[in-house]
Amino acid sequence: MIGYILRRFGAAVLVLFAISVLVFLIFFATPGVDPAARIAGKNADPATLEQVRASFGFDQPLPVQYLMMMKHLFVSHDLTSFVNRGTLVIPQIMDAVPVTLSLVVGAAVIWMVLGVAMGTLAGAMRGTLVDPLVMLLGVFGVSLPVYWLGEVVNLVTQKELHDSVFSWVPPLGYVPLSQSPGQWALHLLLPWLTLALLYAGIYARLLRGELIQALNEDYVRTARAKGLSERRILIRHALRCSLIPIVSLFGLDFGALVGGAALLTEVVFGLPGVGKLTYQALQNLDLPVIMGTVLYAAFFVVLANAVVDVLYARLDPRVRRA
Amino acid sequence: MPDQPILEVDDLRVRFRTGGGHFTAVDGLSFSVRPGEVLGVVGESGSGKSVSMLGVLGLIRTPNAEISGKVVFRGRDLLALKDREMRAVRGREIAMIFQDPMTALTPVYTVGWQIAEQIRAHERISKREARDRAVRLLDEVGIPAPGKRVDSYPHEFSGGMRQRVVIAMALSCNPGLLIADEPTTALDVTTQAQILDLMRRLRTDHGSAIVMITHDMGVVSEIADEVLVMYGGRAVERGARRDVFHAPRHPYTWGLLDSVPRVGGPRVRRLPTIPGTPGASAGGCPFADRCTHRHAACEEVPALTGGSGHLDACWLPEEGRERIRRGDRSGPEASPARQSARAADEER
Repeated sequence: MIGYILRRFGAAVLVLFAISVLVFLIFFATPGVDPAARIAGKNADPATLEQVRASFGFDQPLPVQYLMMMKHLFVSHDLTSFVNRGTLVIPQIMDAVPVTLSLVVGAAVIWMVLGVAMGTLAGAMRGTLVDPLVMLLGVFGVSLPVYWLGEVVNLVTQKELHDSVFSWVPPLGYVPLSQSPGQWALHLLLPWLTLALLYAGIYARLLRGELIQALNEDYVRTARAKGLSERRILIRHALRCSLIPIVSLFGLDFGALVGGAALLTEVVFGLPGVGKLTYQALQNLDLPVIMGTVLYAAFFVVLANAVVDVLYARLDPRVRRA
Repeated sequence: MPDQPILEVDDLRVRFRTGGGHFTAVDGLSFSVRPGEVLGVVGESGSGKSVSMLGVLGLIRTPNAEISGKVVFRGRDLLALKDREMRAVRGREIAMIFQDPMTALTPVYTVGWQIAEQIRAHERISKREARDRAVRLLDEVGIPAPGKRVDSYPHEFSGGMRQRVVIAMALSCNPGLLIADEPTTALDVTTQAQILDLMRRLRTDHGSAIVMITHDMGVVSEIADEVLVMYGGRAVERGARRDVFHAPRHPYTWGLLDSVPRVGGPRVRRLPTIPGTPGASAGGCPFADRCTHRHAACEEVPALTGGSGHLDACWLPEEGRERIRRGDRSGPEASPARQSARAADEER
């Protein structure tokens, strides 16, 4: 198992290296484009261009440029945004990370609990009215777009009913966990629920299907012949095996969300997270920031996948040998 | 009271509601098993042999099934038991082994864990003790290095070894009755022989009665004391192994026995087959549609009758069955199906 973990994380490091090279090449070696002009932004004066050229070593060969870029990113942390007049990129990302992590981790907990509960309930109660009702609820969650649902939630809680039922809802924005855990949770509660609803629906549907399939497996019949209780069969045998594909999907979703896919939720609820940072950078064509966030996103997707693979091996002994 | 049956099934019926009406899978099946006895239940796919045993154990879960009749095990009617009481019987007093050992074990737990789980479902013993017993059981069924293998996962065993694990699990609570549903079908021939050997030995050591469901006459001849031949959800012949193999009475049993290739004697160009496809005929004798001896009486269902423990359900005269059977093999009254098979043979 330890060997497996080491191998898996070794592979993850290689993948990250490959991604960094790829991102670098896209930004700096696309034929016919002057990267210095791109980084300096629109209408940059010749002095700024010259500064960019020197700073990124554009007169040097590509491998050296790559190393200089990585040095800016990871060693000296002084990658500068020229569009925003000298703002440092790394601290910007570092400020945004806790916001996104708070949002996604909280939502993930909610959607996993909700999705697993709904999926198990529907799968176990198949053939009764509970199953279609729960699944209808799931479809409802899946079909509401986050930006629309978020706006409606805001409309109701911040405006229409803010003076009565929802007077406890704080204004939009983010309060750091270290500053006030209560306020942190209160500010994030509605974003969490909004983001979780979509995923809970997807996970519930997926788990229901897996569970129904598992309940028809031979090993479940064996478990019944052993004289185990239905509850034990459901949870220890059928659900345990059905969770395996759920976990792998979770890894992908979690990684992507932390990497910036929670953008819509962040923008709607005014959370200064990585998604929102990327969004602003894209609007200004702020290349260093985009590059930083892309690498950051790749890092989380790859990391989440590695963690999930290890978890997967923990859940499914058949994977460990591979 | 060694002759008191441990299991007595009386007029067991299993019907399924389907889209187009009812389908009767088991139709008035009766038999009994004495302690320590091996009953071989033989029949083609769809003859109702597995369904009847699943019915005995209360493992038919679909709400569309109707089960009636009486299943008396050690003096209790199993069909009348509550779910909870039935769970205490399953796995402890009656254990079941299924056909495919590759899928019969939960893939994510070690075999030791799964055996211990069954023991702990029925007995109040510590995890440690349950595990020790699992090791002993694995040793007993011939798993090498059981102390180490107890922590292996199912996928780390071969098919034959997995079936041994399944058998060890079935025996973990010393059941009075073991129902084995085609336990050797998914295994290769050498492994089959080993598993049959093992089951024979375990019967002597544990004294469990065994119901062996199979479509393989060879397996029955190896292990069974009594034989029950099923067709279309009904018992068509029942008797001691010697009687059924040496003086089979029902045309279906003849067909089954004739379709087994012989090692000695002249080589036949083509093995005899039973014409038609499995499935009960509508009304009357279930085998009528495929029987070469069909006559007017077959419009009605024959009862399972006979003397000295060898019963059959057929309208043919009691006397001279052997002569009728021989006549069927070479006689001029051979069926059209048989004739066309022969014609096809000659064309080659």
